[in-house]
Amino acid sequence: MTGKVTSMRDAVAALVRDGDTVAIEGFTHLIGFSAGHEIVRQRKRDLVLARMTPDVIYDQMIAGGVARKLIFSWLGNPGVGGLNAIRRRIEPASLAGEPPLEIEEYSHFGMVARYTAGATNLPFMPLRSYFESDLPKANPLIRPIKSPYSDEVLYCVPPLNPDVAIIHAQRADASGDTQIWGLLGCQKEAAFAADRVIVVVEELVDESVVRADPNRTVIPGLIVDAVVVEPFGAHPSYVQGAYDRDNRFYLDWDPISRDEDKVQAWLREWVYDLPDRAAYVEKLGAERIASLRPGPAPSGSVDYGSYR
Amino acid sequence: MSELGFSKSEMMIAAAARELATARVCFVGVGLPNIAVNLAKRTVAPDLEMVYEAGVFGARPARLPLSIGDPTIVTGATAVVSMFELFGYYLQRGLVDVGFLGAAQIDRFGNINTTVIGDYERPRTRLPGSGGACEIAINAREVFVIMRQSKRSFVDRIDFRTSPGNLGGAEQSEAIRRAGGWNGRGPSVVVTDLGIWHFDDTGEMRLDSLHPGATLEEVRATIAWEPKVSADLQTTPPPTAEELRLVREELDPGGIYTK
Repeated sequence: MTGKVTSMRDAVAALVRDGDTVAIEGFTHLIGFSAGHEIVRQRKRDLVLARMTPDVIYDQMIAGGVARKLIFSWLGNPGVGGLNAIRRRIEPASLAGEPPLEIEEYSHFGMVARYTAGATNLPFMPLRSYFESDLPKANPLIRPIKSPYSDEVLYCVPPLNPDVAIIHAQRADASGDTQIWGLLGCQKEAAFAADRVIVVVEELVDESVVRADPNRTVIPGLIVDAVVVEPFGAHPSYVQGAYDRDNRFYLDWDPISRDEDKVQAWLREWVYDLPDRAAYVEKLGAERIASLRPGPAPSGSVDYGSYR
Repeated sequence: MSELGFSKSEMMIAAAARELATARVCFVGVGLPNIAVNLAKRTVAPDLEMVYEAGVFGARPARLPLSIGDPTIVTGATAVVSMFELFGYYLQRGLVDVGFLGAAQIDRFGNINTTVIGDYERPRTRLPGSGGACEIAINAREVFVIMRQSKRSFVDRIDFRTSPGNLGGAEQSEAIRRAGGWNGRGPSVVVTDLGIWHFDDTGEMRLDSLHPGATLEEVRATIAWEPKVSADLQTTPPPTAEELRLVREELDPGGIYTK
């Protein structure tokens, strides 16, 4: 079962182009670190990076010089502090003459609404947010709109249609039919909104596994261009049921990210000097990986019934 | 740790948790709200439905979530939903009683800044931004805030209004909220490391309770305006042994929130 299965190197080389708008989604859960690292390794340039929560992965990618612009709704190292490499590209005091990173900022619901408009082929999505907030002044793409059915005035956001969406998941079949459990974030919306979709999975499964549980399918192979099989590809974030967040990494990143030289040294050691994710996992070590394994909590099974 | 046997942060978290005694559905914000709401769930509000913006309704976390997207909020939850559903069906539909938020800056009317210190285009400090806070402040029935007091955080004018509170005062806020069809009435309580503030008829913060060991001088020294103080100022009951045990042993054994 080869189908759309390919290597990360080939998927990124073929589907991520300089200047693209790239969305690596996954809200805390299932963050596509291995894809982000490959984009850095291939020295892609001038990307517009979209993501609700840029997280450590975009801190690393922006430090790796791949981006000219960031579209986001919450900029932090969750549970730890700030994203220092990105802050250095935004705060004038630390820019040292370099051009600042362009930013386009929303709230969470605004970002979700943008992907939803993109996924459903609509010119905008209205929402009950942004009233009396300074966000519409900071970002003129957030605009008021009068309801055609009442006197109500809402705010709306434009569609976000990434050139490429990269989604990490528990499993997919070779056609790209992808199943996720645990937090779903906005991956489905981002994938349907995108022109090209790369799915990165912990496990490649037979089509029959997907068909035995179709309610769990979040992204159909219909919109998937490439399937990359990379166990632990979401480390240091987590995969529900497979491994926990490596919180030590998130804590360690804070002092590293405060020092540009340390960031570049980290990228050399863990990205540029390694060929792929398998080498990263090996370098991380079996003990570290084993420490992240959760105990079991299996779901009950349901009976879909056989109707002939 | 003070000579009282508990820290200011522990007092703040216990006091914030108690405010949730009558709440049914609470939207849990990132940071200090996370530990306060989880303490409430284990003490005054066992039936509280915890909503996490990551897409969980009815979370039953077995450990304190490291972030608001921790896998422990999924296992054993009532429902895991997409973020569109969470913000649309649960929050915007009006099903959330309390939105529990933190803040970098707050003004006397409870308007909140979590975006930048300094000018937006040329910030002195870039903060995380809204996350879900802007729509929570608008659509949760009421808003609770937990944050430490300082002259840098309790300011006369916030540098950026990320999330609306009582705007320029209660009269204006009520009119705009009614006309605009907001679900939320706005902020109702701010719990700090020094005391508990509620909002009076004019929509301005009023100190109603001072934590044990804190003084009015300390309160005035950590706030940029002359604060209103209740004529019937209370002393917050200190954290109980059980509250302290839960915080120290179960919720924050590493002392991340309570240092």
